Amino acid sequence: MGFSGWRVLKEGLTGNRGWGSHWRDATPGDAYDVVIIGGGGHGLATAYYLARNHGITNVAVLEKGYLGGGNVGRNTTIVRANYFLPGNSEFYSHSLKLWEGMEADLNYNVMHSQRGQIALFHSDAQRDAAVRRGNAIINQGDDAELLSRADVKRMLPYLDYDNARFPIYGGMLQRRAGTARHDAVAWGYARGASDRGVDLIQNCEVTGIDIEGGVVKGVQTTRGAIRAKKVAIIVAGRSGQVAAMAGMRLPIESHVLQAFVTEGLKPCIDHVVSFGMGHFYISQSDKGGLVFGGDLDFHASYAARGNLPMMEHVMEAGMTLMPMIGKARVLRSWGGIMDMTPDGSPIIDKTGTEGLYIDCGWCYGGFKAVPGSGWSMAHLVATDNHHEPAARFRLDRFRTGRGLMDEEGTGSQHNLH
Amino acid sequence: MRITCPICGARDRREFTYMGDAVALERPEKGAAPEAWDDYLHNRDNPAGETRDLWYHESGCAAWIVVTRNTVTHEVYRTELASQVHEAQP
Repeated sequence: MGFSGWRVLKEGLTGNRGWGSHWRDATPGDAYDVVIIGGGGHGLATAYYLARNHGITNVAVLEKGYLGGGNVGRNTTIVRANYFLPGNSEFYSHSLKLWEGMEADLNYNVMHSQRGQIALFHSDAQRDAAVRRGNAIINQGDDAELLSRADVKRMLPYLDYDNARFPIYGGMLQRRAGTARHDAVAWGYARGASDRGVDLIQNCEVTGIDIEGGVVKGVQTTRGAIRAKKVAIIVAGRSGQVAAMAGMRLPIESHVLQAFVTEGLKPCIDHVVSFGMGHFYISQSDKGGLVFGGDLDFHASYAARGNLPMMEHVMEAGMTLMPMIGKARVLRSWGGIMDMTPDGSPIIDKTGTEGLYIDCGWCYGGFKAVPGSGWSMAHLVATDNHHEPAARFRLDRFRTGRGLMDEEGTGSQHNLH
Repeated sequence: MRITCPICGARDRREFTYMGDAVALERPEKGAAPEAWDDYLHNRDNPAGETRDLWYHESGCAAWIVVTRNTVTHEVYRTELASQVHEAQP
């Protein structure tokens, strides 16, 4: 099904009765060249780029629930490339460029809005850190601007500038950062993959991975056995369970990360704003809701809902930064299951089993990585070589200690990210 | 979530700092293979269901506590002082 301005006009005039399904709801075949476990953003993007970049279309995406029902539909929709460390820096830079071409490439409106992200700082030391990070971002080829307190005041007049504990000294602006409609990203990739012949199979849970003589042969599912030459595990918070089917233990602990949305309001927050002295970031959706989030609950959890202490912390941080939001009412809160690595950076790598690949460890940064991860994972699965921008996302970096990417500088240890 | 400290009784989760899987109690012997250290430091079973992890009663009595709980429901089944668990091991 194609989209165009004419089609929108015609459907609008005829009651929108002509729209059909955006992708085929396939039934499982007997065998595929590649089976992707996980029909979330990363899995669907991998399937799409396998077909688009490598001509590999005999592919199935197996999803135990419905497409895009996991973290790709449970995040705060922020897209940015403001990473500091080599490894992360070039990867997110590549991913942001893919975001910028995504809608034209997919012929799908993902409502990508480069409204700019402002990361605030509240002390001289934080300003120095922002300058250093900004220079690193500029060196990687992306944009960063240092904003003075007066600059920020012009752009964000609603903040509390003279808070006794956390006065605002300025901010770092990335104009190309912004937001996107999260569900539409999953739907767009699903449609693009399906149109190229990929089978998207929902309600199909993988229950086993068949391995013979160190070579992957296929998977067992709730809808029967499926043979495969290659299998890719792309299941975010469930990585531990699926990897265990292949006899692997991963450097991953699953944590819950909460997000919140208020009732719809008239436009008041024009950018993505993040607080520098508490974990709080906010943007306003096109529907008007203020979408905001904070830090992990900080204990291993598979409950797709959070606890009250972190909720309280997030609300307090929000009130400290922008007292005006106290009048908005929170409509919903939810939690996503984050696959946390010890250093807070992801993994796109081969495994000890031939033909078995893994893409996981996206921690709290998976949404903006969707196109980059799909592109690099497809490259790895298709060619058996690491794609340059993701070449440092190695599984063995924890064992060897080489190439750890601890972006926050807190230490490479499970309870610190 | 409330955690029962064996010394102080049931307390708010905010009084505790989470350390991670209780694997930390089973430190490999000196000279153990690198794989043992990798498992100890990094690799996790990461169960969806019952787990055992270590919490520090930071804003209370400063005890280290082994908490047996459910990662799906957040139910806490059992809490024990880490010192007693550790010393009970052979």
